[in-house]
Amino acid sequence: MTKNTSPNNVDYRKEQNKEEMKKVLISFAMLLMFTIIAFAVVGTEAIEGSYVLILLFLMAFIQIMFQFFFFMHMKEKGHEEAQIIIYGAFWVTFLVMMGLGVITWW
Amino acid sequence: MSQDYSIDPKNLPEDPSRVTDEGKFKHLGVWMFIGGESVLFASLFGTYIALKDSTAGGPTTQDLYGLELVFLMTMLLLTSSLTSVYAIYHMKNNNFKKMQLWFGITGLLGLGFLACEIYEFAHYVVDYGFTFRSSAFGSAFYTLVGFHGGHVIFGLAWLITLMVRNAKRGLNTYNAAKYNSFSLYWHFIDVVWVFIFTVVYLMGMVS
Repeated sequence: MTKNTSPNNVDYRKEQNKEEMKKVLISFAMLLMFTIIAFAVVGTEAIEGSYVLILLFLMAFIQIMFQFFFFMHMKEKGHEEAQIIIYGAFWVTFLVMMGLGVITWW
Repeated sequence: MSQDYSIDPKNLPEDPSRVTDEGKFKHLGVWMFIGGESVLFASLFGTYIALKDSTAGGPTTQDLYGLELVFLMTMLLLTSSLTSVYAIYHMKNNNFKKMQLWFGITGLLGLGFLACEIYEFAHYVVDYGFTFRSSAFGSAFYTLVGFHGGHVIFGLAWLITLMVRNAKRGLNTYNAAKYNSFSLYWHFIDVVWVFIFTVVYLMGMVS
């Protein structure tokens, strides 16, 4: 029997899905690493002052990027609308947090 | 049902949740919903950042928060995000039983998270007398974190309903979209939690 190379063939699909899952596991490991770093920095008080806040924000941003692109499949084809919506949401979130933060703490 | 929703076990679709038009619209709809939810949570985060130091002589962020419980809650929710990816992986492999199993684990982890959060709130109220009415900080804290907890409760109710309703139906292109919508929503709850543990707990402990 020759190997079926149709994109919908069950064996081919399972292989593809497995490959995808490997990427997810790697990104989960990295996500976990960033989470633990964030907690460790606060727990050990390794860094002083406002650098911690910047570092924590950066960590949070990296973590949500892993969630959106790998777990929620936003990097894949057919997610153009999703990307526009999420980038818009980032912008609104930035404006609202800056707006409320700056008028209170400047 | 006039339309054929069945999945051919030898000819799997790339993504069973987006075979039908309805599935495609659901996918876009959930993303729009998530965009709207981002704005909601952004406002609550902004409010919290503005009010977090207005403690009115009551407990401050440094008095209240403990790293251990927050870390445990983070691990529970993060893992539940991974298990729901596993569930979707089995959905794409047309393995309904394993999908239900992994979604079941997701639900249990979510329940564990919720239990921790209820314990945390009870601890603050009983041991510190820190309530919604204590201070502006109290109102902002319980609104933001409580809203997230409310989303977890809603998500769990959604998941249990889906799993029970479709238990005997098996997987088809009709209900795959429903499971996938839940999975996206659940990941989003985790995204919000990443911001909560960063902005509320971790930053509250260093400042």
